[in-house]
Amino acid sequence: MSNQTDSWGTRVGLILAMAGNAVGLGNFLRFPVQAVQNGGGAFIIPYLVCFLLMGIPLLWIEWSVGRFGGRFGNHSTPFILDKMTHRKFWKYFGVFGIFTNIAVAAYYCYIESWTLSYVYHSLMQTFSGMSQTGIADFFNGYTDVEHSTTGIPYEAVVFYLICLFLNTWILSKGLSGGVEKVAKIGMPLLIAFGFILALRGWTLGDSGATAGCTDCNSFLGLDFLWRPEFTSLADPKVWLAAAGQIFFTLSVGMGTIQCYAAYVRKNDDIALNAMSAGWMNGFVEIVLGASIVIPIAVGYLGLDWVKENAGFAMAFQTMPYLFQKWGAFFGTMAGFMWFGLLFFAGITSSLAMGTPWMGFMKDEFGWNIKKGAWSFGLLVLIMGLPTVLFYQEGVFDEYDYWAGTVSLVVFALAETILFSWIFGIDRGWEEINMGADMKVPSIYKPIIKYVTPLLLLLVFLAALFTPKDNNWKRAFSDGWELDKSSIIGNITHQGIEVNKDYFADFFESGVAGKVNRIYEERNKVKMEIGDATTGAKLATYEFSPLKHALQFREGDLVRKADHLATGSFINKVFYTDMARLYLIALFAFIAYMVHKATKKRALEGHLA
Amino acid sequence: MSTGAFLMMVAVQLATTIITGFFFWKVLKTPPRPEPDSYSENDEDPR
Repeated sequence: MSNQTDSWGTRVGLILAMAGNAVGLGNFLRFPVQAVQNGGGAFIIPYLVCFLLMGIPLLWIEWSVGRFGGRFGNHSTPFILDKMTHRKFWKYFGVFGIFTNIAVAAYYCYIESWTLSYVYHSLMQTFSGMSQTGIADFFNGYTDVEHSTTGIPYEAVVFYLICLFLNTWILSKGLSGGVEKVAKIGMPLLIAFGFILALRGWTLGDSGATAGCTDCNSFLGLDFLWRPEFTSLADPKVWLAAAGQIFFTLSVGMGTIQCYAAYVRKNDDIALNAMSAGWMNGFVEIVLGASIVIPIAVGYLGLDWVKENAGFAMAFQTMPYLFQKWGAFFGTMAGFMWFGLLFFAGITSSLAMGTPWMGFMKDEFGWNIKKGAWSFGLLVLIMGLPTVLFYQEGVFDEYDYWAGTVSLVVFALAETILFSWIFGIDRGWEEINMGADMKVPSIYKPIIKYVTPLLLLLVFLAALFTPKDNNWKRAFSDGWELDKSSIIGNITHQGIEVNKDYFADFFESGVAGKVNRIYEERNKVKMEIGDATTGAKLATYEFSPLKHALQFREGDLVRKADHLATGSFINKVFYTDMARLYLIALFAFIAYMVHKATKKRALEGHLA
Repeated sequence: MSTGAFLMMVAVQLATTIITGFFFWKVLKTPPRPEPDSYSENDEDPR
């Protein structure tokens, strides 16, 4: 185990770094979309309740667990958890606290690189004069690695490497010399940029409405987000979505909070620090995040359009189009601020993801900060390249689901049970209050012991057994049928109905309809299938003109599972399973390192 | 924008801003602990 040599420079720096860890792209993109998809104003009440009952307790648990571990020279979750209990297997649960960070950083750096690239494109006014479809296609082209939007070959890979290098270089400067400095610059800039854009969201009104658009008014967007709909409070789906959002926005269940807090000394406060960082994240989400994408998009495109299209992709596929409407100068500045804001939100989070691995290697194998940082960069590169190269084959989504969603819930549930029931709530409560600069309300003691684990268990079970179409009322009354998005549905590939083999000589259609059009784009042949009656687009499939022979022509009717083309195909299910194997290999590698560290500790006499 | 939505937005956003400001202000106003504390910038000798 190492002596404590790395440290935070200032208390404000620690809080900004911790808030930066929590503030991510989800504050600006996931929160408003979740609110829109869960009844607008109905969402905010469960959201706030879950923040009080699950978010705040989890923050206190993770801060105190981290500071506890740091006292014994442990700066990552495997041996922090090990120190909290006598049962040896808990340290292998702690593997999640390193694994999740490397796996999430692998694809998160890719999103970060999009924001960096879009800052460049905004300044270069690349989007000037492009239609909405053109800007959406630009994003699709960008994520197609063989295509270049700037003339730089493999542009997406180049921006990814730049981003990863930047992260690794900052990490190699240590906590106070790197991470804290970025947080001190990035967080104020992020808030300033966010405030300027939110001002536009609050004041746009119907000034951006096109002729004939009756619901193009930003106030309608704000009305939809904030109108209280108390009847929806009885819907479990809304509560689960709110709990999920609180969970992801605070970056709990990752192992980063514990790592940052491990550098706080025994008698220094964590209770007030946790509140300050947690509420700062809440401010960015509730005040700024809710006031940018949705109101601005509704102001120009209408409420109905936003209700139908709200999603993560709006940030890259819609916002640059809307900014153009502000004129050349203000549009360029808005693009710069929007993607700059997302970049700062991203990098302050991805930097946090590097620290658990670095802390672990330093504690257990004596690696210095530089060696730890560059080895983290290498691991992220190995794990991340498949997400860049096979983004459109679904590798990115697979990482996001297993590492960025399921692992967080599993780990947070486990550590909460460990803290409240095995380490013991009395010792835990003492840890939270030790050196506290605020009075922690005593009501939180029973909440941490009973309510938080129960809520987390419900979130986990709901993810495991999500009912079909997320319709809980129907599931309770008409019998339980699992949804394809449930954990079990995902494991069993329930969502894959066609093209089930890894390799095939034909490609089956996933929808029934009519071939709307066949066209060439970026050296690929694309077949768009629409509804047989209305022609509304249902799916677009991509083929190689050299390797595949189309079996249908424009206007032909297509049934589900019809062979659209013949040739040599590697189906998406192959990439999905390879991504899973890759993640399992990473987990096994870290578990092996923990095992090796355990043996090393035993040899050195650290273990009782 | 309906009155209910407006009031809800103002109340929640204002409350969040005030609480965030309050906790941050409390952090700034709390005097530092005697050495050794967790923060290196107030150390007499660099670590």
